[in-house]
Amino acid sequence: MKRGRVAYAGAIHGCEPHERGLRLDDGRVLAETEVVWLTPVELGTVFAVGLNYADHARELASAKPAEPLLFLKGFGAVAGHRATTRRPSGVEFMHYECELAVVIGRTARHVPRDQALPYVGGYSVANDYAIRDYLENYYRPNLRVKNRDGCTLLGPWLVDATDVADPQNLALRTAVNGKITQRGNTRDMIFGVAELIEYLSSFMTLAPGDVILTGTPQGVVNVNAGDEVVTEIDGIGRLVNTLVDDAAFGLAPAR
Amino acid sequence: MRYPDGIERPPPPARQVCGALLNYRADLAGLGERMRAAPYQAPPRAPVLYLKPRNTWIAGGDPIPLPFNAQRLCVGATLGLVFGRTCVRATEATAAGFLAGLCVINDACLPHEVIFRPAIEERCRDGFCPIGPSGPMPAVGLAASWRMRTYVNGELRGDWCTGECVRSAARLIADVSEFMSFHPGDILMLGTPRDLPVATAGDRVAVEVEGVARLENPIVREDAR
Repeated sequence: MKRGRVAYAGAIHGCEPHERGLRLDDGRVLAETEVVWLTPVELGTVFAVGLNYADHARELASAKPAEPLLFLKGFGAVAGHRATTRRPSGVEFMHYECELAVVIGRTARHVPRDQALPYVGGYSVANDYAIRDYLENYYRPNLRVKNRDGCTLLGPWLVDATDVADPQNLALRTAVNGKITQRGNTRDMIFGVAELIEYLSSFMTLAPGDVILTGTPQGVVNVNAGDEVVTEIDGIGRLVNTLVDDAAFGLAPAR
Repeated sequence: MRYPDGIERPPPPARQVCGALLNYRADLAGLGERMRAAPYQAPPRAPVLYLKPRNTWIAGGDPIPLPFNAQRLCVGATLGLVFGRTCVRATEATAAGFLAGLCVINDACLPHEVIFRPAIEERCRDGFCPIGPSGPMPAVGLAASWRMRTYVNGELRGDWCTGECVRSAARLIADVSEFMSFHPGDILMLGTPRDLPVATAGDRVAVEVEGVARLENPIVREDAR
């Protein structure tokens, strides 16, 4: 089953896919452009993993890590399907990252990897932008690069884990203005979903609603205001985002 | 919310907790030329930040679990700035107006020397963020200065003040809210120095922000695995 959350006609609704777009829980069928898409789950702690595909690690000139490179995100960073994301003026290198998002379904502590997948409630698609202009080498990637308001998109659907036969065999891709710029497969993760749950739960408690963004393969390129960026994972979803400049976002240009 | 000792208690009144590293001038002086060498390459420009996720939050009196494979943990008092209004792109002059109050936090971590990568394993352990009660803003707002003290078993082991900070509370709010909004219930910590008191299982740790509040927690050994 696939479930989403949207705002429509003054209220928040659960919904599911429909051939014409989506079907609200009250039965109304709508086009996906008629609603405001919220994140498909209410967020707990949001983890992200850096350099988790061997090819992307090479692309960024880093050695293969001995343990996962983890960082955290705040709630303000995360927005839903069809959001507009601000690309600040004066920035030289802002790139998308298509990622498989893992949503934890039950409390996990000290879970070995061979028992880890039943702790997953579902999967979604993430697009985790980075603005590399702001990269600094303290607690890197620093929050100014990776925890910017509206720069991490999640959705449109939460797909039940039981409907995903093998989370380590999913093709993913990113298209910018319709042209495919990134291709990969979750089989190339350095630390797979089960290993990430084992690692995280070895030192902290994971709770329902916690989300793990599992990293991105090679093929990240700069994107510009006006670009439509579509991150897609087979069987999970197709997540659309549009970049806007400061004026279109509603801000005067930076001082 | 189920706490590390297995007991259900109401969660501390927080929505999101963010802290600042290297916000004390002595820390920058101590790193000195090392900040120009690998892996750091340059002194920090923007605030160095980290998040303390919800599994770390506990209240006064709750046990802080010492991980079964650790000998000691670092503890330290810090001032928590508690937001009462949505805060986006504040300035130093407007920063205080977004706050509902102040609180004391014991920002615990496992010792770590290298600060190149986010210290998730060191900072995000269950129970590593005891959060004290929130007090009101003083009449002078953020123009006041605060003294933060840390006690282990009643002995004063840490003593620092906001006057030693690289960024004042108002400056920190302005610099962080430039890219990351705060909402009611969010807490921004001013941070602790890097050279922190250590404590171990059986110890009682108290932290206080003078004029704000005091918070005390025991450290207990986590069950072996």
